[in-house]
Amino acid sequence: MQLQTSSLLPEQASNFAGRVDALMLYILGTSLFFALLVVILVVIFSLKYRRQKKTEIGVPLHGSVPLEIFWTLVPLVLAMVMFAWGAVIYMDFRHAPADTMDVYVIGKQWMWKLQHADGRREINELHVPVGRDVKLIMASEDVIHDFSIPNFRIKMDVVPGRYTTLWFRATKTGRYHFYCSQYCGTSHALMIGWVTVMEPAEYAAWLSGGADSNQSGAGEKLFAQYSCSTCHLPTGTGRGPSLVGLYGSKVKLTDGTTVVADDAYIRESIVSPKAKVVAGYQPLMPSFQGLITEEQVLSLTAYIKSLQAPAAASEASAGAPHMGKK
Amino acid sequence: MHRTGELYGHFETLDQQKESASLGMWIFLITEVMFFGGIFLAYTVNRHANPVAFALGSNTLDLRLGAINTGVLLASSFTMAMAVWAGHVGKQKLITLFLILTLLLGGIFLGIKGVEYAAKFEHHLVPGSSFHIPAEDVSAAAAKADPYFAAHAQLFFSLYFGMTGLHALHMVVGAGLLIWLILQSRKGRFTAKYNTPVEMVGLYWHFVDIVWIYLFPLLYLIDRHK
Amino acid sequence: MSATESRPAEQMPEKHYLNADYGIRSWLLTTDHKRIALLYLVSVTFFFLLGGIFAGLIRLHLLTPKGALLSPEVYNRMFTMHGVAMIFFFLIPSIPAVFGNFFIPLMIGAKDLAFPKINLLSWYLYMIGGALALYSFMSGGLDTGWTFYTPLSSVYSNSAVAPAVLGIFINGFSSILTGLNFLVTVHTMRAPGMTWFRLPMFVWAHYATSIIMILGTPVVATTLALAGMERLFHLGFFNPQLGGDPVLFQHLFWFYSHPAVYIMILPAMGVISEIIPTFSRKPLFGYKVMAGASLAIAIVGFLVWAHHMFVAGQSAYAALAFSFLTMLVAVPSAVKTFNWTATMYRGSISFQTPMVYAFGFLGLFLVGGLTGLFLGTLGTDIHIHDTYFVVAHFHYIMVGGAVMGYMGALHYWWPKMSGRMYSETLARFAAVILFVGFNLTFFPQFLMGYAGMPRRYHSYPPEFQIYNVLSTAGATILAIGYILPILYLLWSLKFGPVAGRNPWPSTGLEWQTASPPPTENFEVTPVVTWEAYDFENRPDLGLDKPVIPAAPASGHD
Repeated sequence: MQLQTSSLLPEQASNFAGRVDALMLYILGTSLFFALLVVILVVIFSLKYRRQKKTEIGVPLHGSVPLEIFWTLVPLVLAMVMFAWGAVIYMDFRHAPADTMDVYVIGKQWMWKLQHADGRREINELHVPVGRDVKLIMASEDVIHDFSIPNFRIKMDVVPGRYTTLWFRATKTGRYHFYCSQYCGTSHALMIGWVTVMEPAEYAAWLSGGADSNQSGAGEKLFAQYSCSTCHLPTGTGRGPSLVGLYGSKVKLTDGTTVVADDAYIRESIVSPKAKVVAGYQPLMPSFQGLITEEQVLSLTAYIKSLQAPAAASEASAGAPHMGKK
Repeated sequence: MHRTGELYGHFETLDQQKESASLGMWIFLITEVMFFGGIFLAYTVNRHANPVAFALGSNTLDLRLGAINTGVLLASSFTMAMAVWAGHVGKQKLITLFLILTLLLGGIFLGIKGVEYAAKFEHHLVPGSSFHIPAEDVSAAAAKADPYFAAHAQLFFSLYFGMTGLHALHMVVGAGLLIWLILQSRKGRFTAKYNTPVEMVGLYWHFVDIVWIYLFPLLYLIDRHK
Repeated sequence: MSATESRPAEQMPEKHYLNADYGIRSWLLTTDHKRIALLYLVSVTFFFLLGGIFAGLIRLHLLTPKGALLSPEVYNRMFTMHGVAMIFFFLIPSIPAVFGNFFIPLMIGAKDLAFPKINLLSWYLYMIGGALALYSFMSGGLDTGWTFYTPLSSVYSNSAVAPAVLGIFINGFSSILTGLNFLVTVHTMRAPGMTWFRLPMFVWAHYATSIIMILGTPVVATTLALAGMERLFHLGFFNPQLGGDPVLFQHLFWFYSHPAVYIMILPAMGVISEIIPTFSRKPLFGYKVMAGASLAIAIVGFLVWAHHMFVAGQSAYAALAFSFLTMLVAVPSAVKTFNWTATMYRGSISFQTPMVYAFGFLGLFLVGGLTGLFLGTLGTDIHIHDTYFVVAHFHYIMVGGAVMGYMGALHYWWPKMSGRMYSETLARFAAVILFVGFNLTFFPQFLMGYAGMPRRYHSYPPEFQIYNVLSTAGATILAIGYILPILYLLWSLKFGPVAGRNPWPSTGLEWQTASPPPTENFEVTPVVTWEAYDFENRPDLGLDKPVIPAAPASGHD
């Protein structure tokens, strides 16, 4: 049996960990104070007012409005501090910063497939550079799963039929567990893996050393296989809009609204193309729902991302890690 | 606890008994609101999410029969209210008459519902393996706008059968209660002094009617001309 | 030590509800609320023991990281069936169906509940639901978790989901009818002089509980029906492959299942509000505030359901709202704890078994309630959601709170229900064993959870083993604590000393009638002229006048 010295408070390895632990300690301190207060009072009262005579009774006190107000307001205020502090951390966690290194995650019974944009694929392993904002974009192929990294103090459900995201910035190199944290069937407990946080140089080396297929290349093959290029001419004069420089740009739709072409938009355009039609084009695109898998959607997305105008192409490579932004 | 006359042994007075029955029935109806409410919520959420498929679903429902049924049920609530009135003034023969009329109208409602269900069976609109919407009934734009069109149409019919089926089940229970009331009424059990069961069944019947008043527009009338 | 020792020996009444009629038909067709309460007592005890066996197997299996005792398929069935049996067939009925049924009419001076036959129907619905659940357990088991998340439960699971869901559905109506019965009874059947603010807090607690039962249970009925239909007929309410929304299930499910936890704890709080005044011999401090707090918990409890879904992928702004409301619902529970403590101040305190259970409740509910704050706070919940921290939290509340309340009720009212007293020594010993065993079982789970161990895992990384071993050790002690009462309570039925009408004594109306009570509860309908917990103005209890010190002194020097 291993008794980790740090197992009372697991190692802090992300930008969130310290903040979550600090909040936890505040709640713990407040809770301990009230728990001890009540317990000590109960013990004191038990001893001091224990029955001396068989037929004696207590002093008939009925209540005290000032006391009730006091012990209603004090817990309320303390709880509100907890709420506000927790809300700040949570809102930060739910809104990833703009410039993140993205990794796509697919959960399925009972394994994890992770794909770095334009880089390697991993199974039940996640390699990330330290000090870099990383966003996980996740989908499930079957039931609800959950991707959790206790040393980072984060988790998020992975739901079929939609994307969910989480983000973090690893602050310490090392190997940390990740777990599936939403019961998903027989081998739920085996759906675990390791996050390896590396120095940027090591990470770059690891990234380029991958023998695995380049995801964007896979996407390019699919693009041809499904004849996307028939309509989506790079000149924009085809039946469909050009996809060059599309990713991240603002798109005007036929109904007059404008949306940003992010991963969700690209996915929706593939599976439900009539939902948002680009202004100036007809709703002619067929739906590929059921014809291509979530993984293939991700490959296509990676390929479309790589379709930058020549000047921007050199910055788009995911191989060179940027300096941490926050 | 046994009964002495109409008073059950655990109550002190007939008034207390009536008050209890009435409060009990109202609370029961509140639970029914929550019960139907859950499925109404599921319908509303899905209607909002899948307007095209659900519009098609609504348009396959027979508006004429639905409207007739609405009228039938409203009339049955009227005859039920008349039965309660007759109870209050102690006109025993009228109580029985109005109860029978209510039962008949309820029966007509269920019969028409049966006709509608049969039509759905014929047209393969019952959810399950035989569910099928013919291609010509679906506009090209509609089908392609919603990649899950067939599933969402089936969802409409699942909710249709679920909601109207649950309602019909409540009507059948109501019919059973009416039969019991009619038999009791014919024995002269209900007088101006004691007519609580008539009132309670009346409350229940009116509730079942109100559920239909919500069902009819939600299922039959929305997006009728799309 | 025992309050009966110095009194002249009392006799068992000649005729009472237990011997009024004999034969199995007189029990299975009874409409006497007291007999129905005992029918429930036997059946909930059965499900408690069944759920306990599943728990024992879980804890044994988790002694080793690889989990050698059970296969993953069987393990997953164990924790699911443990949850279903305990929540739906033990905890939710427990105090209301046993003690609520038995004592609400007695406490308000009525002959029975408003609808005795519906009361019996409630028990039969419970039994039918339970039988279906048992059938599910035995014919393939259930491995979806008691939470039945879709699409796992409605599409992917290979277990007997349909009969289980049908059983819970039917059992729900048992709950609804019980709540309906209680609400009407409290409104219309109070004896003359029993005004709303003279009602025992136990009655207020059940009134609040009944509101939750009637408003929440129908929604879970609909939800399970939809999930069941999806499974049987391949419909698409929650299955994304057919255009449905799996998170919609979670909203519908938790809309009931969160208020359900208040169904489980409010009655226990009501029991504690009876015990502490009785064993401090002074009024419950802040009576009206306590009543209001019960209602507040019931109502606000309906507004917090999505705090189970902070990382389910819902909108962050919705999460903010639910966390805020969750903080609000914590306040009335804190207020209650302070009022119980204040009730002891300047009391005349004795430490018989019911009071030992009340102390146990106070300590354990404190921990359980306070740890809820960690979970309701968004920043920390991200980390501890779906870990053993949650498991520890809810066991502290449901076992440390609700079951302690149930055991306290059992020991407080046993003399009234059976006419006999149990062995005080054995009973106190068992109560202490329970407290110790419980803490050893569940406290390590807080640490394990914060360290990251997820719940519902049949095997785990080796660094968590120490916590699991401690937890299993505690579970064996806990088991002893539960088995002992069954033994000495049954023994007392034949060999225990006669308890008498009012052994503690207590001020409640239920103690004014014989032990055991006659079928019609009271020889004559009582007329109430005293306030609740009014030891000062009750000469019939044979107690002293209160000693009120002139100067602000401390206690009884």
